[in-house]
Amino acid sequence: MNKTIEDHSKAASVFLQDEQRATWHDETLWFVRAKRDKAAHQLPEWEALRDLASQIKDHTLSRLDEYLVQFETKANENGVTVHWANDADEHNRIIHGILKKHNAKNVVKSKSMLTEECQLNHYLRDHDISVVDTDLGEYIVQLREEQPSHIVLPAIHLKKEDVSNTFHKHLNTEKGNKDEVYLTRSARKVLRQKFITADAAITGVNFAVAETGGFVVCTNEGNADLGAHANKIHIACMGFEKIIPKAEHLGVFLRLLTRSATGQPITTYSSHFHRPKEGQEMHIVIVNNGRANQLGRKDFKNSLKCIRCAACFNTCPVYRRSGGHSYHNSVAGPIGSILAPNLDMRKNADLPFASTLCGSCTNVCPVKINIHEQLWNWRQILMKEGYGGTAKKASMKVMATVLASPTIYSLSGKIGRGMMRIMPWSVNNKLNPWYKHRELPEPPKQSFTEWYKKKRKHE
Amino acid sequence: MSSREQILASIKQNRPTLTPLPDLQSFDVDIDLKSKFVETLTGIGGMCTIVNDFETVKDYLLEQQAKGLSVIQGVTELEGYNLNTYSHSHASNLETIDTVLINGHIAVAENGAIWVREKDILNRLIPFICQNLIIVIAQKDIVANMHKAYEKITIDEDGYGVFIAGPSKTADIEQSLVIGAHGPLSLKVFIVQQS
Ligand code: SF4
Repeated sequence: MNKTIEDHSKAASVFLQDEQRATWHDETLWFVRAKRDKAAHQLPEWEALRDLASQIKDHTLSRLDEYLVQFETKANENGVTVHWANDADEHNRIIHGILKKHNAKNVVKSKSMLTEECQLNHYLRDHDISVVDTDLGEYIVQLREEQPSHIVLPAIHLKKEDVSNTFHKHLNTEKGNKDEVYLTRSARKVLRQKFITADAAITGVNFAVAETGGFVVCTNEGNADLGAHANKIHIACMGFEKIIPKAEHLGVFLRLLTRSATGQPITTYSSHFHRPKEGQEMHIVIVNNGRANQLGRKDFKNSLKCIRCAACFNTCPVYRRSGGHSYHNSVAGPIGSILAPNLDMRKNADLPFASTLCGSCTNVCPVKINIHEQLWNWRQILMKEGYGGTAKKASMKVMATVLASPTIYSLSGKIGRGMMRIMPWSVNNKLNPWYKHRELPEPPKQSFTEWYKKKRKHE
Repeated sequence: MSSREQILASIKQNRPTLTPLPDLQSFDVDIDLKSKFVETLTGIGGMCTIVNDFETVKDYLLEQQAKGLSVIQGVTELEGYNLNTYSHSHASNLETIDTVLINGHIAVAENGAIWVREKDILNRLIPFICQNLIIVIAQKDIVANMHKAYEKITIDEDGYGVFIAGPSKTADIEQSLVIGAHGPLSLKVFIVQQS
């Protein structure tokens, strides 16, 4: 247990060893967070939209089974085949079955965190099917045999020279050419051939609309569309929480998603798939993999409202300074730290402790998930279940490394600005109560909110 | 029990108490839709030209053809319409197409997105695989925001439809923005004032 539990702490220290890179990571994500703020502030109705999004998701979760059945019925009418997978293995087997039936050997895949969660690529590779990840960031990490370190910016842990070296090795680009346009165009050339010569395409799903049986996929690069339209088989994979009731709700979510993610007003492509094109087969795989359990945990059901915008990653002082790989889970960051213990409490016991509970995540979340309170709730459960002690100790180490590293003070000339970035919502708080006291109170004598308020008063 | 039944049963057992579905608002704003659209589109890397009528679009198209570029022309109002001949073309044949001209259905001022229906493109690949995309929209079809857009469109009217906002792009290499990722390298929009 010790081994896994110390993973975040250890990985974070390794990440921080390259001080310049860690600082770049920290500052760049903070910049993305700032772009999110700017985009949000341009809409006077921003908070109203967050409320609506949150309420739509709450409602949907409260009637999820009914909406899923409605979705399935409509999708079937649309000529789409719907499959149900209870766990990762079944998801992989279903997809393999479809591909095998068509003797498909080469698959192009656009970004889907679910297929990462299910480790689909490994499964298919073991069955002699090659999968190319076509999102540029994912393609880069795939060539390097790494995992994405961020759900929206998969290669954010890498610098241009890394990409240049990787492409030189695998795509035979000029050695040492670090120009981003040159590198992007080189990948474009290779990937466009992959789209054309593949046998099948796999995409994720951003939103599935119950009333129409269709689904929406959002990309900037056009890779999901190139793959899906160029191939005779399109398989879309979704966690069952992707359902929304009506088409009109897309207006709310599409306004929030990309502004929260990168500060763009919308992704370049928001593609609405309803029926296969002539001569094409379209499949949807609806996946549980522990989600029904999470739905039943009253303290954590809200995590299923997540639309995977990653705003909580970009704002999180711990994520920014420990990097996505230190979370040893397909979804990293604050929301990953809530989802992961549901999948494997023992293995992921350290993650809810990898947070300062500053609440910045909760403040930016477009669907108003109470992220930091859920992290707090997990800590209580983990302590009770006997996983907490070691995890807590490990997390003290993480915090000491991640937040107390001398770099943090040299990041900017002024401590004030630095502190704003480290503790986005606790500027007046000198440091976080957490950091200062270096101890967590023993749960659960008081509620999180009470405890937090009291601590703040003492600062 | 099948996985389907198991999943549905455990959701039903675990689902929270019913909460109401909120009513939506359209958050409409009284702004100059055309200038807002132009501003947003250019901000996301698109180009925009306001024209009085289709004649100017035609001139532009002739210029492209004069350069010897392969062009798919999908605007029925204009001469030289040839989109239908590509409706079943395979990706390998479309890969070399330089410029594609199509009609857009609804344009959204707040984010520069244009709703393109399957019936406007016939072949779903066409607006993605070309090197340069041109979309023609009527000024009267610009709406303020996504709520207004969804009021006007029927998402399952065709088997496929897409909001396109600007040229394909990526910032996956060290967060440096590159216009032109896997899809079109450029997007040009003609706003036709009279139509
Ligand atoms: S929890 Fe909220 S902020 Fe984090 S990724 Fe999900 S929707 Fe975005």
